[in-house]
Amino acid sequence: MTAPPRQLPAAATKEWRARLRRLPVLAVAIPVAAAALWVAFLAEGTPAGPATDNPGKFLVTALDAVTFAGLLFVAASGFTLIFGLMRTVNMAHGSLFLLAAYIAIRTQEAMVGRSRNIEPAHVGMLDWLVPMLVGAGVAAVLGLLIQQLFLQWTEGQELRQALMTLALTVVLADQMLREFGGLAQTMVWPGAVSHFFSVAGERYALTRVFILGVAVLVGVLLWLWLTRTSMGMVIRAGVDDRGMVRALGINIRLVFALTFLVGSFLTGVGGVLGASFAGAAPGTDGSWLLNALIVVIVGGLGSLKGAAAGSLLYGVVVAFSPVYLPSDYSYYAIIMTFALLALVLAVRPNGLFGRPA
Amino acid sequence: MSTAPLLDVRRLRAGHGASVVLEDLSFGMGVEAVGIVGRNGMGKTTLCDTLVGFLPVTDGEILLGGEDVSGRAPEKIAGAGIAYVPQGRRLFPSLTVDEHLAMLAGRTRGKRWTPEAVYDLFPRLAQRKRHGGAALSGGEQQMLAVGRALLLNGRLIVMDEPSEGLAPTIVDVLVDAVHRLVDEGVAVLVVEQNLRAAVRMAPRQLVMVSGRIEAEFTGDELLTRPDLQRRYLGVGADDGAHR
Repeated sequence: MTAPPRQLPAAATKEWRARLRRLPVLAVAIPVAAAALWVAFLAEGTPAGPATDNPGKFLVTALDAVTFAGLLFVAASGFTLIFGLMRTVNMAHGSLFLLAAYIAIRTQEAMVGRSRNIEPAHVGMLDWLVPMLVGAGVAAVLGLLIQQLFLQWTEGQELRQALMTLALTVVLADQMLREFGGLAQTMVWPGAVSHFFSVAGERYALTRVFILGVAVLVGVLLWLWLTRTSMGMVIRAGVDDRGMVRALGINIRLVFALTFLVGSFLTGVGGVLGASFAGAAPGTDGSWLLNALIVVIVGGLGSLKGAAAGSLLYGVVVAFSPVYLPSDYSYYAIIMTFALLALVLAVRPNGLFGRPA
Repeated sequence: MSTAPLLDVRRLRAGHGASVVLEDLSFGMGVEAVGIVGRNGMGKTTLCDTLVGFLPVTDGEILLGGEDVSGRAPEKIAGAGIAYVPQGRRLFPSLTVDEHLAMLAGRTRGKRWTPEAVYDLFPRLAQRKRHGGAALSGGEQQMLAVGRALLLNGRLIVMDEPSEGLAPTIVDVLVDAVHRLVDEGVAVLVVEQNLRAAVRMAPRQLVMVSGRIEAEFTGDELLTRPDLQRRYLGVGADDGAHR
């Protein structure tokens, strides 16, 4: 009835497999080369024009990409740290982000002594740093509470943890709406960084460079913590093999709690940066959960290197798409994000630096 | 040889979930090296995993120095003094050799086994401090796994198949290490497929059959009696004995 499956000779099968394996690499190399060529020479009729004609605009866009990547990195580093060690997808990530932003804004208002129309000139560096630490501190404590109250009893039950933290985002979103209202609010940059400077004939905001500075500082501190301290080594060992870490007499629960504290703190720092950069409003929580997810899916869950690489790629796509797509199609820039996801996952299903879970 | 029992396992019952692997398993040991041999699938690795708390105990007791540690979390059992060198070594791919030891160094101050002492015991490791755990040879990996376990400064080290896949000269190093540990008052429980290696490490050999300790022999008895080997260890052990 059914014909027996045709057998390919072994050598031919092997050759086909090798070709198939090269296919995803080609599938990535061709669009990347095409995009680079487009941006460099062909981008007529786009808001920016070809980079060879308008190098200033290209440089500014590249700066935008790197600085936005900095914000993405700070926002996603805590998320990836927590996931890497605990295999917990913390869906409440966005809520912690937004709560830290709101708390920081309120603290700043209290410190400056007025609640609206705050001018950067009235904001000293401390009027930004202290609220940032307060907001991030509150996020850290709330994160620790979530972990202690809900997540430590459901270790290894990823679906339950995801659903519980998702439920928490709904509760927290409503409570934040009640407490902080539905209007967009902004954290005000300190006057010292709230300037413009000139890059290749274009005006550029110093605040964006400040964001990048904070991101680099966070990245370096996090890297030192993970590589130079015994706690960091334990965390990396725990990502590899939790059971073996416990068999070495290390109380992994303590390590989990500390990681959640630090990860939530970083998320809070990201929230305050984000609120200074683009404001805070209901819905900001969801969009930053999405941003963090994209960064870690591209970079690989649980890897600091991955978070950096993912942020950079995502930053490049977000910055370049709107100015280098033909003007009539700028609206579709958001689709490029998904093209990035598809391309990366086609070659590396676990993300750039990810390992199978 | 054995004084007051350091480890006393009584009527132990354990396994993976609903399937019971260890049934009514009992043995005792003092500060000495003891081997556990047996065919594949008799529950040797399950016994190791149960002793260190990776698997739950359904019934029975694990007395370490008279104190029942069964049912405790792995970190508590490790704290009580049972260190583990698991099958396949289970090193941390993300860490270098030095980091494997440095992450535990804080609690070894003033104790017998510090990272420096481990490097003294295995000089080859000292030359590879910056290498990743995965970049080591099989023998070096095993040395690192043993060294890491030593940093617990425990009373008993459980080793699951330490000679697996190792060159004879490396097995010599391990055998020497085991003897040295016993001389210094650390007990070693070693599970082996390779009978020859097992006998060199431990003079006292327990035979495991279907989840319990079925018999006990001296190493020489097991080595010189093919009938015992056939009966308890199967054909594979013949190869091991005559290699």
